Amino acid sequence: MWIYEKKLEFPVKIKNKDLRMAKFLMAQYGGPDSELSASIRYLSQRYTMPTSKTKGLLTDIGTEELAHVEIIATMIYQLTKDATPDELKAAGLGGYYAEHDKAIYPADANGVPWTGAYVQSMGDPVTDLTEDMAAEQKARSTYEHLIDLTDDPDVIAPLRFLWAREVVHFQRFGEALVNVYEFLDSKKFF
Amino acid sequence: MVDMTREELKRKIQKLEFAAVELNLYLDNHPNEQKALVDYNNISKDLCALKKEYESKYGPLCNFGNAPSAYPWQWVNEPWPWETGE
Repeated sequence: MWIYEKKLEFPVKIKNKDLRMAKFLMAQYGGPDSELSASIRYLSQRYTMPTSKTKGLLTDIGTEELAHVEIIATMIYQLTKDATPDELKAAGLGGYYAEHDKAIYPADANGVPWTGAYVQSMGDPVTDLTEDMAAEQKARSTYEHLIDLTDDPDVIAPLRFLWAREVVHFQRFGEALVNVYEFLDSKKFF
Repeated sequence: MVDMTREELKRKIQKLEFAAVELNLYLDNHPNEQKALVDYNNISKDLCALKKEYESKYGPLCNFGNAPSAYPWQWVNEPWPWETGE
């Protein structure tokens, strides 16, 4: 089970409203390579991992991704909380306001709702871990695009933290893939 | 030593727990790395002590029986981290 801890993994202290940036950040809340997709992907794939180490790693990274979902949602909340409907409309969020007010909703930067189609879980540990490595790189690229879209240091600090986590997760999944290959090789006998 | 404010204490907990997360993921793949394990155990001990200090001053950090509450039930007290970003 999961226990909630009353703290973010990394602090989010955004002082200035920025509705356009909030819209862009939706990419990492409800987009294809979002933190939400990552968490559901890893927590689903762990059931068909062949080694105890990889089961542990997918559980732990899947859990950390939930903390990242929370960081992104907090950023969007802080960037939009004082917005008026007119300001939302001017920032391209009129449609979002019509459907959700200022509620946090898992859609991407263009308003497309999150879907399980963003997740793969193939039952083959080599396929799944390779998918996970690609997913971490795609999320890293997305964070680089998001950092390019803002000058606000309060926004950049958590984005840089999340960017660095993608790099570490990619590394850990690479090691896990080697572990799975070793396991599969050890089962071959002639 | 001057008492840390609530947010300073929270920040210290965040830093230590981040180090623990990082070592945890590393140890998942490298369970025989003794140095990393010693670091992990030392950090766990310090983190546990800091959380106890925080909880005795400001109420539970975790729900579902992981920390006791003074009267009245403190879990529902603000601030919520996902609003204030702490």
